[in-house]
Amino acid sequence: MSGIALSAVAKSHGATPVLRGISLDIRDGEFLTLVGPSGCGKSTLLRIIAGLDAQDSGAVVIGGRVVDGLRPKDRDVAMVFQAYALYPHMSVFDNMALPLRMRRLSGAQRLPLVGALSPGRRPIEEGIRHEVEETAALLDIGHLLSRKPGQLSGGQRQRVALGRAMVRHPAVFLMDEPLSNLDAKLRVQMRAEITALHRRLGSTFVFVTHDQAEAMTMSDRVAVMMAGELIQVGAPDELYADPRDMRVAEFIGSPKINVVPAAALDQGTRAAMAAVPGASALAFRPEAADICAPAAGVLAGSITGVENLGADIFLHVAARPAHSQGALPLIVRVAPSGRRFAVGDVVGVNPDPARVLQFDAGGRRLKARERVAA
Amino acid sequence: MTAVAPGRQHRLSHASLVAGLAVAPAVVLLALLLFGPALAVAVFSLTDWQIGASSFRFLGLANYQALFADRIFWTSLVNTVIYVVIVVPGTVGLGLVVALLIEAQPSLRGFYRAAHFLPVMSTMAAMAIVWGTMLHPTIGLVNRMLAEFGIPATNWLRDPRTVLPALAVIGIWQGFGFAMVLFVAGLKSVPQSLYDAAAIDGADRALDRLRVVTLPMLGPVTMFVLILTATRAFEVFDTVRVLTQGGPNFASDVLLYRLYTESFDFLRTGYGAALTVVYLVIVVLLTLTQARVLDRRVHYT
Ligand SMILES: Nc1ncnc2c1ncn2[C@@H]1O[C@H](COP(=O)(O)OP(=O)(O)OP(=O)(O)O)[C@@H](O)[C@H]1O
Ligand SMILES: [Mg+2]
Repeated sequence: MSGIALSAVAKSHGATPVLRGISLDIRDGEFLTLVGPSGCGKSTLLRIIAGLDAQDSGAVVIGGRVVDGLRPKDRDVAMVFQAYALYPHMSVFDNMALPLRMRRLSGAQRLPLVGALSPGRRPIEEGIRHEVEETAALLDIGHLLSRKPGQLSGGQRQRVALGRAMVRHPAVFLMDEPLSNLDAKLRVQMRAEITALHRRLGSTFVFVTHDQAEAMTMSDRVAVMMAGELIQVGAPDELYADPRDMRVAEFIGSPKINVVPAAALDQGTRAAMAAVPGASALAFRPEAADICAPAAGVLAGSITGVENLGADIFLHVAARPAHSQGALPLIVRVAPSGRRFAVGDVVGVNPDPARVLQFDAGGRRLKARERVAA
Repeated sequence: MTAVAPGRQHRLSHASLVAGLAVAPAVVLLALLLFGPALAVAVFSLTDWQIGASSFRFLGLANYQALFADRIFWTSLVNTVIYVVIVVPGTVGLGLVVALLIEAQPSLRGFYRAAHFLPVMSTMAAMAIVWGTMLHPTIGLVNRMLAEFGIPATNWLRDPRTVLPALAVIGIWQGFGFAMVLFVAGLKSVPQSLYDAAAIDGADRALDRLRVVTLPMLGPVTMFVLILTATRAFEVFDTVRVLTQGGPNFASDVLLYRLYTESFDFLRTGYGAALTVVYLVIVVLLTLTQARVLDRRVHYT
């Protein structure tokens, strides 16, 4: 019912293109995350969907209806802003009630003093009060309704902003980095709450972030944007395992994927990593390699750091391939139960050739022939 | 006693000496320019001294009794209040409206800002003369324009019913540019995201935006402008002195003009001093309110 379809949406600020023809279908009820580095145009795209900015060309369809030229309030969307954008002079209740009041009360009824006297306002206000309280209870902010936003913690403000968006049951929720102002712990908690909210409401969520961990943990699908273009759209595990572009491979996953320039390797090493002709970069995830004796490793080097996360240990290795100028930093995951490693140990690194991702000089993914055949 | 102590002491007294020297000019100036004269005025207000006289007698509160019994004093006080009551909302309202119009019209913004700020920069006494010719009953621009619409001529500055409003209009003309500049600065600091939120919430028409976002966010600036304008309106003098001399029949007499005539035309220095003290009390009260309100003004963050 209320999916979103973008077709060739483009936007420039002066001579600088910000969006270069974005086409994307967001399914009804889907949780889609727009992710990408700072300045790639995520907010711009979200604002175009909301109707706060107009695109230069292309079309936006929400719920089967072309909404180009419709004002934000007529698009049945709600938006949560990065800095919350709560009205500082209004109580939490009034903040949450505003969208309902703007819709249900007539212009005269909304007037400050005169409005209160106007007949017919009482029952509408009663209804609004009821709905605001219901939403507030859902978000666990019922006890804060009489406070001003300035008297709330960051997490509470976040909930109020969510409440203001939820209260009128929009078909689409747009969220622009809503968690970026929270501390790390609260962020993880709010991630869970927002996904739970999504399941409960069943509305379409478009969530903007530049934090790949948020994208990976919350979404049904992730759309990766770079420099005004969508480079890949897919489920989180798909993007992780099967990135179609070097930038996606590097952006998704923490710690970052290991990238080895093919030029730095001698013939034997390239063969050992199953390099295909034309590959200019070979990449493998930290868990796609084993640590072994220096002589047995395809790559070798000394350990520069040991990152113990409890369940996993990440070894930072400064590898020295044959034709490399300096050291090549690699990160390899090892199980905590195995051998103990110390900084300075010289080790070998053995990437699993089947899990090495290969990219051409333009950063496009090359598939290994045998795997394509398999 | 160690060898260090004297050195330390020396440094300490040196520091306090420097501090003392640093504040000394301010203290001396404050005493010389503010407290001294105020005290002198307060003392004079209890005497029958006249400018140039070599001796005086203490009268106690006789000057104040005379002042409060003086019908003209009350007239001038009421006139001042009426003037303030017209000028303050007029200046603040016009300043706000012009600021909103300027901000809504991005091109030529700088020009409009400068043009409206010109009256603030000009000398009021000189501008008063210009206004005097504009308001002239026969050759004045105002009456001629009104005549175009068939409205009979008014002798604006000689008619007791119109003289105060006419002066108030001049006051508004002079002051609204300043209010406008402060409002423009205030408008710049309203976050765009609030307007975005308002658009999403359905408050996207000009009046709704004004009610939901702009006016509340301008609250602190408005308070500041209000008090500033009130204080300035209270000091009205130049226009009265140049254009009406308090006439006709005291209809445009204001506190400062009264003070001036009593002290320098009639040389009743003691009486003028009592008037000054009353004026100072009112101004200090206004200033204190300003300080308190500004301290308590809502900090929206
Ligand atoms: N008003 C404007 N005028 C000119 N350029 C702009 C304007 N607004 C945005 N841009 C440019 O458009 C590009 C995209 O901006 P946008 O805010 O959409 O980025 P973003 O992906 O949301 O980044 P972030 O993660 O930092 O929020 C940026 O390079 C920015 O400099
Ligand atoms: Mg952004």
